[in-house]
Amino acid sequence: MVAPALAAIAQQESAEMADTMRSNGKIYVVVAVILTILAGLILYVARLDRKITRLEKGE
Amino acid sequence: MPKNWWKILCVVLLAYTVIAGLLFPVPALRQLQETIRNLYFHVCMWFAMMILFTVSVVHSIRFLSTLDLKQDIKAMNYASTGVVMGLLGYATGAIWASYTWADPNNPAYASFGSIVREPKLIGAAMALLIYFAYFVLRSSIIDIDKKARVSAVYNIFAYAMLFPSIWIIPRLLPSLHPGQEGNPALNYNDIDARMRLVFYPAVIGWTLLGVWITTLKIRLNLLKEKKWMNA
Repeated sequence: MVAPALAAIAQQESAEMADTMRSNGKIYVVVAVILTILAGLILYVARLDRKITRLEKGE
Repeated sequence: MPKNWWKILCVVLLAYTVIAGLLFPVPALRQLQETIRNLYFHVCMWFAMMILFTVSVVHSIRFLSTLDLKQDIKAMNYASTGVVMGLLGYATGAIWASYTWADPNNPAYASFGSIVREPKLIGAAMALLIYFAYFVLRSSIIDIDKKARVSAVYNIFAYAMLFPSIWIIPRLLPSLHPGQEGNPALNYNDIDARMRLVFYPAVIGWTLLGVWITTLKIRLNLLKEKKWMNA
């Protein structure tokens, strides 16, 4: 997210996109990080879901 | 397993949103550049909030016609998750705006003034505060039937207030917030076809996540009620 901040100052040229991160492959690191966070949150929610299902069946 | 198909769909759509949202091509706009990708995150939060609030008010109306307390529990929980998504939308909007519209040459306190006078931000804050008041109202009434009835009526007014404060008035006033001419994200001509490919699934994915979390809260609430009554 640093790229947009820097690019915002250099506004006179045509829109600068984050091609650097894409060209050196680091964007995939960002994707991996976000997917990991998402996976962690989803697993947490799924675990809660299973716990509640078990409580409901227990009655 | 088939009963929970929508939860799996939610996970698939969210994973797609993150991967495609960051890697697929987007139009290059001068002031936004790559941050346009926030459409799949910030804007989706508001869309999900609107859908959750709609479900909430439908349950409130159903409560008023059936007086079934289960509907009241559902209405409250959908409103609760809706508020959370609204807050996330507000926070992410503040971050996005500070990197795009806010003039980097202005010291922080000066640009704060220009942001705070922004009609859409005031409208959104107003709408969220009205929903906070819904929860304050609920906690102020002890009798559960009265609480349910009064808060169901309030919910309807709160929902109605969403439209003038977030959608109508901000579009009539001069504003920096995107979407002045017509509806920015839903207008077919305004949104780039490449973005539509990720945006529509993203809205569904984030909404389904909101619904999943809400159904868990509702089930927990109903379990507690059952335990309470059987005690």
